[in-house]
Amino acid sequence: MGLLGRLQPAAPPALRGGIRRRPRRARGYEIGDTLLGRWARIYIPVLLLLFVTLFPFYWMFITSFKSPSELLDFSRSPLFVIHPTLEHYRHLFTQTHFARWTLNTAIVAVVSTMLSLVCSILAGYSLARLRYRGADAIGWAIFVTYLVPPTLLFLPLAFLIRQLHLFNNLWSLILTYPTFLIPFSTWLLIGYFRSIPRELEESALVDGATRVQTMVRILLPLAVPGILSAGMFAFTLSWNEFLYSLIFMNDTIAKTIPVGVTSELIRGDDFFWGELMAASLLGSLPVALLYSFFVDRFVAGLTAGAVKG
Amino acid sequence: MRAAIQPAEAGRAAYRRPRIPVFEREAPLGYLLLAPALLVLLVFLAYPFVIGLWLSVTDSEAGAIGRFVGLANYRFEFTHDRVFLSSISNTFVYTAVTTVFKLVLGLVMAVLLNQAFPFQRFVRAALLLPFIIPTVLSTLAWRWMFDPTFSVINWVATHSGIARQGVNWFGSPQMAMVSLIVVNVWRGAPFYGISFLAGLQVIPIELYEAARVDGGTRWQQFLHITLPMLRPVLLVVLLLSTILTFADFQLPFVLTNGAPYSSSHVLATWAYAQAIQGGNLGIGAAVSLVLFPVLSVVIAGVLIVLRHE
Repeated sequence: MGLLGRLQPAAPPALRGGIRRRPRRARGYEIGDTLLGRWARIYIPVLLLLFVTLFPFYWMFITSFKSPSELLDFSRSPLFVIHPTLEHYRHLFTQTHFARWTLNTAIVAVVSTMLSLVCSILAGYSLARLRYRGADAIGWAIFVTYLVPPTLLFLPLAFLIRQLHLFNNLWSLILTYPTFLIPFSTWLLIGYFRSIPRELEESALVDGATRVQTMVRILLPLAVPGILSAGMFAFTLSWNEFLYSLIFMNDTIAKTIPVGVTSELIRGDDFFWGELMAASLLGSLPVALLYSFFVDRFVAGLTAGAVKG
Repeated sequence: MRAAIQPAEAGRAAYRRPRIPVFEREAPLGYLLLAPALLVLLVFLAYPFVIGLWLSVTDSEAGAIGRFVGLANYRFEFTHDRVFLSSISNTFVYTAVTTVFKLVLGLVMAVLLNQAFPFQRFVRAALLLPFIIPTVLSTLAWRWMFDPTFSVINWVATHSGIARQGVNWFGSPQMAMVSLIVVNVWRGAPFYGISFLAGLQVIPIELYEAARVDGGTRWQQFLHITLPMLRPVLLVVLLLSTILTFADFQLPFVLTNGAPYSSSHVLATWAYAQAIQGGNLGIGAAVSLVLFPVLSVVIAGVLIVLRHE
């Protein structure tokens, strides 16, 4: 069991503001630093990285507001929009089932996250706090399943879902997403639980609390930050999932955003770029917002349980 | 001792819930708490894996399980299917090349972000964005940027005088692979960067101060302090990312899906094409299981590294 605790640094350390030294010199300057040197060493590389990172989003944004004629007019600069229009957004909500896809995605993401969190909290507590035969082996087994990608399982899972008659049913996703959510949340939570001193619970046990009470009343309140980051990861992963949803959901109204967008807004060789980009922007917003509120938690969690590559 | 505890026990007796014996011994409670998580993983992960193994040795077609055919599917793939063979090499190239670029860019990103400069929080959040946003949606934006006739990248390159002629991004097998690699690096580098940044921030500042006193240059500090101290994080990130890139489905599926002429398929997209689009469930299962030996080696690598750290 001891090994499992060392899988990750106990509590993910909160990132420092990135300021290593807080000297009398101006912010972040080092001895012998010239302004020119700083531009060459920091500002220019950062600006370049920012440009490459953000340009696709800018292009997404600008495309979604172009009128159909402007969209394919490369005689003028395509980098700006001259007559912005909401036409594509209107189409998205009137001509396609985008609203329904969003609802489906949200339901699946929320329910499968909740389900996985409950399972992971129980399993995490069990593996982090209780001693019994096989705990170590089970812990490692759960970790290994975290490394098994959906690509390996999607065909037999499709077979299983067909047997269960769950095709085009949101339950097919709600039940299969936990296969990749539970392993990493459990992993993350084991580490978090272990970072909380045992003594608190032990003294509660001595005072006559039951084990379940110590878990619910003492450990869980202290572990809220860890549970929150696990929940955020799980939500993001389910919101972004594509493969299972692509295979299990064929009905237009049963689809999730990524699947609906790729299958209904691309017809053969016809790409409805305006609608596609509008949908991409809207579909990205929830996770972008969620994470902009919790950047630091997200970053800290990332280091504890690396999620995807 | 006894006297100290006794009054509390008596005083609380009225409020105490009845103890259920099973919940007080560690072993039964431990297994009980593990049960939900294990149940989900057994039914939707372990069991499908077994079905997958079985499917790969049958001539199953969509909807019905077929006859046992031994290793015929594998033999057919390795001897008769040229797309399959090219998808193997594509998968390796895709994984190896992107990993090298992501590693280097991730290091650059981390070292840059570890310096103090204005708007640091914003820059960190912005750089992480490609990793958060649903892959399918951001890949769509890239597909639009790589459009054969309306590529904004080509427009900028030709109008700024960088290139005389635009690139036909999906025109040749080589360029298709280049496009896949570009987008994968764009999406994956932030994960490396942020994980490395977290690794950098726990390196004691004293080490750098000592090096500076001894006259070490920045480059020497990087080679002899930063890299060795980063080793554990580096290895874990590298191995995790290898697994996920090797089995990547979403990005290649949305960007090229094999175009042109099934030349840029990776194992995951080819398994999908065979099984879902072609209806050869058995062959598809065999193709996706070819991933398994390589993944097992990498997974073993992860476990060894983690047990050592």
